Amino acid sequence: MPNVTLKNRTMGAGVYDHGWATGYESITDHMPGKKGPRQRLWRIRAKRILTTTGAIERPLSFAGNDLPGVMLAGSVRDYLVDFGTSCGDIMVLATNNDDAYRTAIKQSEVGLKVAAILDARTSVTGELPNKAREMGIRVETGMAISKVKGSKSVSGVSICLQAGEGVPLEEIKCDVVAMSGGWSPIVHLWSHCGGKLNWDAENAMFRPDPERPPLGDDGSGFVAVGGTANGYMIANEAMQDAISQGKLVAKQVGYKPVNSKSSIVNVENESPIEQIWQMPQGMSVKLQAKTFLDYQNDVKVSDVRLAAREGYESVEHTKRYTTLGMATDQGKLSNINGLAILADSLKAEIPNVGTTTFRPPYHPISMGSIAGDARGELFKPIRKSPIHNWIEENGGFFEPVADWRRPYCYQKNNETVKDSVQREILNTRTNVGLLDASTLGKIIVKGSDAGKFLDMIYTNLMSNLKVGHCRYGLMCTENGFLSDDGVVARLDENTFLCHTTSGGSDRIHAWMEEWLQTEWWDWKVYTANVTEQYAQIAVVGPNARKLLEKLGGMDVSKEALPFMRFSEGKIGGIRARPFRISFSGELSYEIAVPASDGQAFWDMCIEAGKEFGIQPYGTECLHVMRAEKGFIMIGDETDGTVIPQDLNMEWALSKKKEDFLGKRAHLRSHMSDPSRWKLVGLKTVDPNVVIPDGAYATDGTIRENGVKNMIGRVTSTYFSPTLNRSIAMGLVKFGPNRMGEIIDFPTLEGKIIKAEICNQVFLDPEGERQNV
Amino acid sequence: MSSITALNGASCNGIINVKDAGLLGMITLRGDLKSKALAKALDVELGNVIPDQRKVSSTSKNTIAWMSPDELLIITNYKNVSKIISNLNKSLTGTHSLVVDVSDARSVFSLDGTAIRDVLSKGSPANMSIDALPLGEVRRTRIAQLAVAFWFTDEMNCQLICFRSVGGYIMDWLKNASEPGSEVNFH
Repeated sequence: MPNVTLKNRTMGAGVYDHGWATGYESITDHMPGKKGPRQRLWRIRAKRILTTTGAIERPLSFAGNDLPGVMLAGSVRDYLVDFGTSCGDIMVLATNNDDAYRTAIKQSEVGLKVAAILDARTSVTGELPNKAREMGIRVETGMAISKVKGSKSVSGVSICLQAGEGVPLEEIKCDVVAMSGGWSPIVHLWSHCGGKLNWDAENAMFRPDPERPPLGDDGSGFVAVGGTANGYMIANEAMQDAISQGKLVAKQVGYKPVNSKSSIVNVENESPIEQIWQMPQGMSVKLQAKTFLDYQNDVKVSDVRLAAREGYESVEHTKRYTTLGMATDQGKLSNINGLAILADSLKAEIPNVGTTTFRPPYHPISMGSIAGDARGELFKPIRKSPIHNWIEENGGFFEPVADWRRPYCYQKNNETVKDSVQREILNTRTNVGLLDASTLGKIIVKGSDAGKFLDMIYTNLMSNLKVGHCRYGLMCTENGFLSDDGVVARLDENTFLCHTTSGGSDRIHAWMEEWLQTEWWDWKVYTANVTEQYAQIAVVGPNARKLLEKLGGMDVSKEALPFMRFSEGKIGGIRARPFRISFSGELSYEIAVPASDGQAFWDMCIEAGKEFGIQPYGTECLHVMRAEKGFIMIGDETDGTVIPQDLNMEWALSKKKEDFLGKRAHLRSHMSDPSRWKLVGLKTVDPNVVIPDGAYATDGTIRENGVKNMIGRVTSTYFSPTLNRSIAMGLVKFGPNRMGEIIDFPTLEGKIIKAEICNQVFLDPEGERQNV
Repeated sequence: MSSITALNGASCNGIINVKDAGLLGMITLRGDLKSKALAKALDVELGNVIPDQRKVSSTSKNTIAWMSPDELLIITNYKNVSKIISNLNKSLTGTHSLVVDVSDARSVFSLDGTAIRDVLSKGSPANMSIDALPLGEVRRTRIAQLAVAFWFTDEMNCQLICFRSVGGYIMDWLKNASEPGSEVNFH
């Protein structure tokens, strides 16, 4: 059939909600050295799932059933029939059902010996047992294995009455023991998503209850089971059931099944199984302690009976107490035998004890098939700016900034990282530096309500910003805490460009869209995240203007392009939008160019800037320079608990506006508490000592719990090469009222660093360097 | 000036062929997709129509892809973008809308071969069958952890776009997913 895909070497691993199944395919596992993936995990979405997964044979519980040479009857048969392999010359078969006789018959047919069949049933009259008898095989009814003999392999069995307590009657020599305690339908895929089971006492098995299937989104069952897995153990019945289930499922998904005849299987009639849960039925405690239920976790009949005596009535608790069924086979061999022993110990019915939960995967699957290609270079996507490759080739020492990689500094020759940072700072302060600021978020906000919208999003007033002007703004969450900051530029009457932090662009864009789509859906505002449209290159330092004038194309003079303005045109032939904004306190232009021209613009600046002493600088230089100027950094001075008032930024909280996000929260008593820790500058008494990041200030008193009383903490701390001393900012209780006081910062080594509270602006408080 | 894409002409050949589609003009247009003014502006400026939900409409000169109930992506010649944006803005004066250049904010891949649907299936949760994703339909989805969109121009050819900063990652991903020996042979 052309519309049928048959996947060999593929296991139905799991069934999940909404008709989702996973298929675990082995692709090259059986062909070592072949190119290509070893396994593949298929994700299959199906309207209906039909499982025909067959059944698993159960061991019998007799003493010594863990000895090598004791095998499931079906396995012995499969070795003989499928692989032509003998498991032993002389077999003893122990069974409680007719099917196992097929193994003895086959053993005999191929010329090997069957010493005896021990059938626990007292009356055995089925076709298969009779056939065995006719072949001259010794069939003992009502008999059991008392104990398997041998140490590292089977040498024989002692037999006893099933009805008794295990007194040995006779010893039979053999080198393989085949056992069969009946068959359990494989119901895992049916049950993964909640399909329920019924206990079929006559056939001694749990089988799917067709009235209680796993339910799909339409309220009807989406998994069907056919054949042996559905509890039909006789081949003919299994075949017929599979076909009728197939037709039923075909109808459910909208097809009309054609009439087809099922194959006739010539098969002997089988007489009923008898429930045999331990062998012999009255086995002594000593024998119980040698009778294994879970072969992987060494759980014995004695362990489950002990659990019952200890009060473990729930099968789930017994499982965890004994580890029954917790090995890699997840109880495929042991669960039914174990819970039957538990039921017997509790004098309960098997269905009242219940099963443990069936969870995917059916059989362990490789972690590789789940992880797929998410390893090595493909494990985590890294965002790269248009200048990334150049930075990599020119000594860039990268640090992660959200998903971006930005250069912490550029190492020259054999410089240390610390030396590079100092060189970059001094060079930028004296000559001119070049910063790749492309990662800064850029969001266009447009519409007749754009100003009104930004007045809500930012704490300060944005709607009165003039076209061509820039303004620094703060954003708070509705709980009042600082969330992001950046410069807003008004491109035209209805259009604003909002710069966000590098890590904040996607989050802030989503934040804006959320408010627009859920609260202010009737406001005429559209947003677009254009972060990656532009390479943004900051030309910073006293020679910045000279460099841009040399490149030419735009008037970048103080008069044409004053501080906190932007303009549009071409610089050096490239479309450019220079912003006169400064995060360093220097004369500074941040120039946005199309990302595709970013590298060309950068190269041009490096080339033309040679005569002005240009050097690229990294994020640490940027951080130190902004700290020298006392500028805050989202993520350093803020940590999700800091409000603008803590940073003395009341000037950015508009009093003219009726409302903005965070305004109401700022009125709460704790937020307006004057004892909140507030931002100050910190000068160490020893100018060469830098306070460790995150250090706490203490006041010398001890709290009730024995901890030093903390009155503040450091938020930014650096050595400033410009001032040739250590500088820091921190949040300190009543800080702004304590200028000139010296406070203590204990270190982990037990020392105390003393620092003076000062103004946070260490360099050029009048802004004379940037406003030129 | 030497404008370059993030992929800078990269390509790879495996069970499908992947190559940098080069500099393409791309314009994000947000507005009321039912508005007559918008339809007229696109007709006059691009000779093209507003695509239905999830569809793309193409002429020999440009393609318009439906991105969301209020967003379109116009794909055209890189050099024409400024002029088109300025003309669209003029025609849409007084109509609430946003027209913005995103040409440089994306990486665009041209995929060709018979196994494209199989290869994309390895990383995208989208149903890649021809019934679920016919020609003329755009699918906004993800590859591995990243947002992408793609559409087939014919059964052998597909355009895929992602953000510029992760173009390199998607290239590496496509190279790995189309490695010979990893054929799926499903679609």
